[in-house]
Amino acid sequence: MTNAELISQDPGWIIALKGVIIFAACVLLTIMSVWGERRIVARMQQRSGPNRVGKFGLLQALVDGVKLALKEDLIPKAADRIIFVLAPIISTTTCFMAFAVIPLTGEVNFFGYTTAMQLTDLSVGVLYVLAIASVGVYGIVLAGWSSGSTYPLLGGLRSSAQVISYEVAMGLSLVAVFIYSGSMSTSEIVAAQDRWWYAVVLFPSFIIYAISMVGETNRAPFDLAEAEGELVGGFHTEYSSLKFALFFLSEYVNIIAVSALATTLFLGGYRALPGLGFTEQWLGGWFTLVWFFVKVLAFFFIFVWLRGTLPRLRYDQFMKFGWKVLIPFSLVWIMIVSTLRVLSQRESSNFLVVAFIFSVALIYIAVTTLIDRAKVKTAIESNITNYSEPDFPIPEIPNSRAEQLNG
Amino acid sequence: MADELMPRSDEFGLAKSDAAKAPITNHESASLGKQLLGFWVTFKTMFKKVNTVQYPEVKEPTAERFHGRHQLNRHPDGLEKCIGCELCAWACPADAIYVEGADNKEGEQFSPGERYGKVYQINYLRCIFCGLCIEACPTRALTMTNEYELADDTRAKLIFEKDDLLGPLRAGMVPPPHPMYPNTDDGNYYRGEVTGSHPSQGIAKND
Repeated sequence: MTNAELISQDPGWIIALKGVIIFAACVLLTIMSVWGERRIVARMQQRSGPNRVGKFGLLQALVDGVKLALKEDLIPKAADRIIFVLAPIISTTTCFMAFAVIPLTGEVNFFGYTTAMQLTDLSVGVLYVLAIASVGVYGIVLAGWSSGSTYPLLGGLRSSAQVISYEVAMGLSLVAVFIYSGSMSTSEIVAAQDRWWYAVVLFPSFIIYAISMVGETNRAPFDLAEAEGELVGGFHTEYSSLKFALFFLSEYVNIIAVSALATTLFLGGYRALPGLGFTEQWLGGWFTLVWFFVKVLAFFFIFVWLRGTLPRLRYDQFMKFGWKVLIPFSLVWIMIVSTLRVLSQRESSNFLVVAFIFSVALIYIAVTTLIDRAKVKTAIESNITNYSEPDFPIPEIPNSRAEQLNG
Repeated sequence: MADELMPRSDEFGLAKSDAAKAPITNHESASLGKQLLGFWVTFKTMFKKVNTVQYPEVKEPTAERFHGRHQLNRHPDGLEKCIGCELCAWACPADAIYVEGADNKEGEQFSPGERYGKVYQINYLRCIFCGLCIEACPTRALTMTNEYELADDTRAKLIFEKDDLLGPLRAGMVPPPHPMYPNTDDGNYYRGEVTGSHPSQGIAKND
C-alpha cells in the first residue's frame, strides 16, 4: 500500500496526535540543532563552544529560550503594531506547515493502526511546500516594513529579494525530479527512488537545490540579510523577547524543513542507505525514522560546515549567481532531462540517445570556447586600457629630486 | 607612455621590481579546487585539540610583564616609597589617579624625606592600564601587578584607596608611621642602603 492509502484510513485523533508529534519533533530538533551548530562551529574554530549548562552544554538552547522569554518585549513607537506582532507568527507557522507533507517513516504500527508517519499526502505535496515557503517571505517583508525603522526595512527587502530569487532556481531544480518520478507527491517521489536516489540520477539538480536551499534559508554564506556590519540585525533588528525567539525558531525550523525536503526528493527519504534495506523492517518499521533523521542531520551538518568555512557573499555577486548562473543552468538541464525522458518513454533507439548526448556535449564545448575567447579578448582590451594614459588630467610626477640624487 | 608615468627608480635610486610595477588584479578568483580546500581546513580543525581555557576553574598565568592592578611599594623597613609628588596623576592620560600629598611630621613619618602621599586613589573605571604612571614615578613607588580580576558591581568599589593599593608588609618591616632608620637621610633610602628595620623604629613583623 502506498503512504497515501495508508494515511487516508487514519481516524481524526491519530491525525491530531501526529500533528502534535511532528510539531514537538520540530521544536526539539531546533533546540538540539542550535546547540549542535554552536558546538560544531566552535570545533571548526578550535573552540569548545557552549559546555556549561547541563552535560556538554546540551541545555544551552533551552536556557537561551527561557532568557529570551523573560526579556522585555519592546514595540517601537513608529511600528505598525498589528503587523509587527503578526510577522513573526506568519514566519513561524509557515515553516512548521511545510512539515505536514514530509513522510518521516514508511508503514508503521501506530497505536494499533497501520499508518505512515506523515500528516497528509497531497498529490501536489512539493508544490505545497514551495507555496508555503513563499508565504513565509511575507513574515520577513512585513517584519521589515512594520518595524518603522531603516535597517529592518533594508534587511527585509534584501531577505525577500534573496528568498524569491533563489526560490526560482529551487523550483526549477525540482522540475527534473517531477519529470523523472512522474509525480509531485512526496511519498511517491520517495517510492520512485527505491533503486537509485535522485541525488545520483539527477546530480546537477541536486547541486542546484543544495545551493538554492542555503540561499532560501538566509544562511551563511548567503546571510546578507543579517550582514551585521551593514544592516545591524537585518529584518528583526527591532524585535526582542518572544517575538525575536519566534524568528530564531523559524530560521532553524526552516533549515530543518529544506533539509527534510532535500532528503525526501533526492536522498530517498526515510529509505535506508543502499545495501542496508533490511534495516527498514526493524522496530516494526520505525527504524526508517532513524534513517530519515540521519539524512536530515547530514544536511544540517553541511549547513554548519558552510557557515564555518565561507565568508559572506557580496549582494550583487549573490544576485548575479542566482539569476545568471543557477537559473539558466537549471533551464538547460531541464531541457536535457526532459528530452532524455521523452526519448526513453518512446523507447527510441540507443543511437538517438547517444546522438543527443553527443550534440549536447558539442554545443557545450562550442559555447564555452566562445566564452573563453570573449574573456581573453576583454582581458587584452582591459590590459590596453590599463597601460594607456587616463582621459582625465593628472598632475606631473615630481621626479626632479630623484634625478638630483641619481646625479 | 606608461613607463613615463611610473618612475623607474625611487628616491634612493633602487630599481623597482617588475612585480611592484604590475597592476594589481584581484578580480581573478581562485580555481574551484582551491576554494574547496577551505572545507578541508575547517573539517580538519574539528579534530584538533581545543584551545579554550575553562577560565574560572583553570587560570593560566599572565605574561610576566602583564599590566594588572597597581601596587604602592615600601622600603625594606616598611616606610612607603610614595612621596605624594602627583607625577603619576599628571602622567595619566585617562585622569584615573588622584593624589594628595602631605608633610611628614615628627612622630608621624610615613615615607623617608619631607612628603608622603596622604590620599591615593586609582579609579579602575577610568584606568586604561597603559603604564605611563609607572614610567612617571620617580621613586619606583608605583608598579603594576599581574592581577586582572577587577570586575565589581558598583562604581564606588572600583575606586581603589591607598589601603587597597599598598603592598603587604613583609617580614622585617615595621608598619608606618615610624621614624626613619637611625642616622640616615632619604638619600640613603634611594640608594638602597637601608636593607631592613632597626629596633628603634618599632616592632618588626616576623615570619
